[in-house]
Amino acid sequence: MINATNVHKFFYTPDRLHALRGVSLSVAPAEVVVIIGPSGSGKSTFLRCLNRLEYADEGSILIEGRDILDPDCEINEVRAEVGMVFQSFNLFPHLTVLENLTLAQTTVRKRGKAEAEKKGMELLRKVGIAEKHSVYPDQLSGGQQQRVAIARALAMDPKAMLFDEPTSALDPEMVGEVLDVMKNLAREGMTMVVVTHEMGFAREVADRVVFMDQGSILEVGSPDRFFTAPEHDRTKLFLSQIL
Amino acid sequence: MTQYRGLDKPKGRGFFLFWKAMFVAAMLALVAFFWVASSSVEYIWRWNRVPQYFWVNEAADVRAEAEGDVTIIDRQGNEQRVVVRDASGEEHPHMLPGEGTVLVSTGDFAYRGDVLGRYQLNKPGILLEGLWITLEVSVLAIIGGIVIGVVTGLCRISINPMLRWGSIAYIEIIRGSPLLVQIFLWYFVVGTLINALLEHVGLGGISPLWYGVMALALFTGAYVAEIVRAGIQSVHRGQMEAARSLGMSYAQAMRKVILPQAFRRIMPPLAGQFISLIKDSSLLGVIAIRELTKATREVVTTSLQPFELWIVCAVLYLVLTFTLSLFVQYLERRAIR
Repeated sequence: MINATNVHKFFYTPDRLHALRGVSLSVAPAEVVVIIGPSGSGKSTFLRCLNRLEYADEGSILIEGRDILDPDCEINEVRAEVGMVFQSFNLFPHLTVLENLTLAQTTVRKRGKAEAEKKGMELLRKVGIAEKHSVYPDQLSGGQQQRVAIARALAMDPKAMLFDEPTSALDPEMVGEVLDVMKNLAREGMTMVVVTHEMGFAREVADRVVFMDQGSILEVGSPDRFFTAPEHDRTKLFLSQIL
Repeated sequence: MTQYRGLDKPKGRGFFLFWKAMFVAAMLALVAFFWVASSSVEYIWRWNRVPQYFWVNEAADVRAEAEGDVTIIDRQGNEQRVVVRDASGEEHPHMLPGEGTVLVSTGDFAYRGDVLGRYQLNKPGILLEGLWITLEVSVLAIIGGIVIGVVTGLCRISINPMLRWGSIAYIEIIRGSPLLVQIFLWYFVVGTLINALLEHVGLGGISPLWYGVMALALFTGAYVAEIVRAGIQSVHRGQMEAARSLGMSYAQAMRKVILPQAFRRIMPPLAGQFISLIKDSSLLGVIAIRELTKATREVVTTSLQPFELWIVCAVLYLVLTFTLSLFVQYLERRAIR
């Protein structure tokens, strides 16, 4: 499904920063991979490389066999198949909740208005927010906004979903509602790559947990093994700091 | 919008009452100052003679242009015709509107200059015509300025060097030179060439009005471009990322997500720019477009009442700019999201 091999990424800000140092990761269909690590470890950068919001400088990234680092790659087609959920929601503030869900359906998937709205309402019901379909995003709580953002990504019928710290900007009591939506999604067999600090979620839902530090993957393992018997010292230190 | 009154010591009712009263007092003082100033100048104010330049409503005569017998009086469609045949037998038709009164009858002898008929002239005066031209030029230039500005603004942030440098060059040249000079160049240099070419291929020339509109639109476009660019760049980059991550193309994301949000933010600076444009249109008088300022100047030379007319002129500009200002405020309120 997702095959990243030896991915390097440099930032020039303006000093050269080696953000990713040869990251390799494969994600099988219906697999849920959770990436954890300290801030600045490159986990968000890696996630953003997967749908080319950041252009990886070296290595190869295949999404369903399509090489997205190939300049001739139809990246918009690939992105339509890979949903993304952001830390700061990034809902379109000038559109109502339902319009947020229908915009890409009509422009990218070329669906009719009625079909797109039907699909949109279905998804809003699924994330439990159907009654808010005609309000604007700034009238919603953070948790509601993030659920709308997930529904917006799902409206494209993606084959995989990328989550970039989806609960980090939420008030504590709203984290649960978003995680519940994500858990349901995982149960339904969605391929997911999740960057998060929610260890409970990782333990419960993840098929594999990836630990990143300083631009490299230090450790990969099943949640059980990862949280109970980490191998790497850096992993142990990190877990002891946050658990 | 929101006033953070809690940041400082709360103000009492008296504070607001006092300063409101002070505002009224200041306004009254201003009016009084002008009153005193206007009565101390040696000038006879004749406001009653201003309305005739707004709307002409006066009796007009049709006078004989030849000397001879009145041979025919009849109606020609909507008009009346009085034909005078001179000594050599040549017929001179004189037309007057259908509702006018013919003051001669067939067989009368008319000397040159005799009144043949009289009708009531009822049409907009020169000031109103000037106002209309100013409005027309401004609206056309605003539309042109928006189109040019948006395109240039988008080019300004393009990665294509030709588009980016081209737009920068355009913006810097236009913003760095006086509008008056640009109007001269457009009309006398570019206009002469274009009109000569058109004549060469057998087409009529373009009227000065369109060169004026072009000069104003290009001038405003440069400012609008920078406003649009700033507006686009003020939209959070997450919006572009969200739109692109859904598979939308750059153009789709720009049109459906970024520009609608940018436009809401740039409405106030755009309004300021267009108010400037309305006032700048007063420079078009130099290329023989009889807009409001030029019309006023003409009336002043014939009426010798400069003060009344320039005041009227200023008030008319204020009416235009204030209306635009209100319209933009209405748009802003409507598009509050």
